[in-house]
Amino acid sequence: MSTATTDAPAALPIPRTAVDSQPITLARAVKAEWIKWRSLRSTWTVLGAAVIGMLAVGLIVAYNTRHLTGNQDANDLSSSATLQGFFLGQLLIGALGVLFVSSEFSTGMIRSTFAAVPKRLPVLCAKLVVFFVVTAVAMTTITVITFVASQALIGHYRTGFSLSDPGVWRIVLGTSLYMVLVGVIGGMIGWMVRSTPGSLVSFFALLFVLPELLSLFASTGRHIAQFLPSQAGEAFAVAQPESPHLSPGAGVLVLCAWVVAGIVAAAFSLHRRDA
Amino acid sequence: MIKAEGLTKRYGEKLAVDGLTFTVKPGVITGFLGPNGAGKSTTMRMIMGLDCPTSGSVTVNGKPFAEHRRPLAEVGALLEARAVHTGRSARNHLLAMAATAGIGAERVDEVIGMVGLGDVAGRRAGGFSLGMGQRLGIASALLADPRTLILDEPVNGLDPDGVRWIRNLLKRLAGEGRTVFLSSHLMSEMALTADHIILVGKGKLLRDQSMAEFIAGASADVVTVRSPQAGRLADLLAGADVTVRNVAEQTLEVQGLTSDHIGVTAAGAGITLLELATHAASLEEAYMALTDESIDYRSSVDDTEVAA
Repeated sequence: MSTATTDAPAALPIPRTAVDSQPITLARAVKAEWIKWRSLRSTWTVLGAAVIGMLAVGLIVAYNTRHLTGNQDANDLSSSATLQGFFLGQLLIGALGVLFVSSEFSTGMIRSTFAAVPKRLPVLCAKLVVFFVVTAVAMTTITVITFVASQALIGHYRTGFSLSDPGVWRIVLGTSLYMVLVGVIGGMIGWMVRSTPGSLVSFFALLFVLPELLSLFASTGRHIAQFLPSQAGEAFAVAQPESPHLSPGAGVLVLCAWVVAGIVAAAFSLHRRDA
Repeated sequence: MIKAEGLTKRYGEKLAVDGLTFTVKPGVITGFLGPNGAGKSTTMRMIMGLDCPTSGSVTVNGKPFAEHRRPLAEVGALLEARAVHTGRSARNHLLAMAATAGIGAERVDEVIGMVGLGDVAGRRAGGFSLGMGQRLGIASALLADPRTLILDEPVNGLDPDGVRWIRNLLKRLAGEGRTVFLSSHLMSEMALTADHIILVGKGKLLRDQSMAEFIAGASADVVTVRSPQAGRLADLLAGADVTVRNVAEQTLEVQGLTSDHIGVTAAGAGITLLELATHAASLEEAYMALTDESIDYRSSVDDTEVAA
């Protein structure tokens, strides 16, 4: 043995690799996740369904309310009425968030992912960035298009709303933001639950079952329920949310708090558990 | 170089890996042997940082695997189960992995060519045969030309051409001074490929020695002798440390003596020899002798001794 005190472990020279590989950075992890995202047919199918669903529901609502009658629901005439496709949209974007993560576990892909990025946390961040950017661009675009197109249709029969009306931008962007953030929550559930069916059930339970259960407990339950993600979202995405409800600003903060809590819990789970 | 120290993994009640200490050296191919459930895959998963050790530690080239800044260039791994999204094409799978290390499409296409997946690289990996899946796994392990290779059952599902190709590839990589750590249940293949053996049973280290030492230490060579005067020869050969078994009419199996010694003894006593053959112990026999007591999942049918 030589007397060198470097930590080179082998007596043999360490082979130089012929391939020029770079250290992991968040940017490289994001690029990898973007390749993964765009190379799956299922991601585009689900995102496409959400986009088409938003537009279709918007036009149908606009057409159904072309004539004003006395027994119409006030919600169907509000500025957010033609964006009701978000009920469907949140299911699809939420499922998309879940699948983007849980399918890695169900297929075993996660082992390859962690072989390439063994620190794990950059994977969570990169997936978050890709998911947020892609769904934010898609959902904001389609929400604006749906609003403009459906109000144009209503415009044939009566005066609808325009983007310049007070509070309308808040509702249009709020609807998009709500779907994107709910999708992020879906992804974080995916990191924690890992199995696709389990994650989907947990996601739907949080979004839809829990508010229903709480509403059984009269006013106390409903007061608690307004802090759940779906109700907090309605506070800023819907023109006339069910009462009691938070102010739009508080709704955004509460939903963001859910997202942050989800990210922290997912990161903790990812760091601690065997993959 | 892979270094495990007191590596232990407990799943609930079961101790899957029990205080393993070993070093996988660069420049040779190290075979990782043991019955099903002996803890091989768990050990490999802990090397890759997929499972966290209950106690002890394992490093690759001086650091825990996750601490490396260029992990793909340190370790290329093929672990037991499929590790590919079934809906993604082989090429896109490799492109995504390569992107984490800033490796371009050129190298991706190069490894696709190396493993012979050129014709199917654009197809969804979910439709791949076992052998094609293995080739894709090997391609991702080779992607960044790593200094260390960890391969769990790499020849599983490969055709004879593929088996030979991977054997030669691993020998070349080890010859370049890389560390190659390989598990397989195919003893004949392991005997051809590995230079060094690490044997585990029930999570414990049973042997860590060169292939030659391993085979010699576990079971001695047997000399088969056929002679019309087998009975008389058996009496002449008997002695301490010598086992003589009458395995068939006129046929003896002798352990503990060389064929030279038997031949000279027979000639000295005027005994006719019809056959005198040395049967070198195989890796499989050595493996069987050593793992007999540490097998977790034994098939009850094969367990009955065949009466001689």
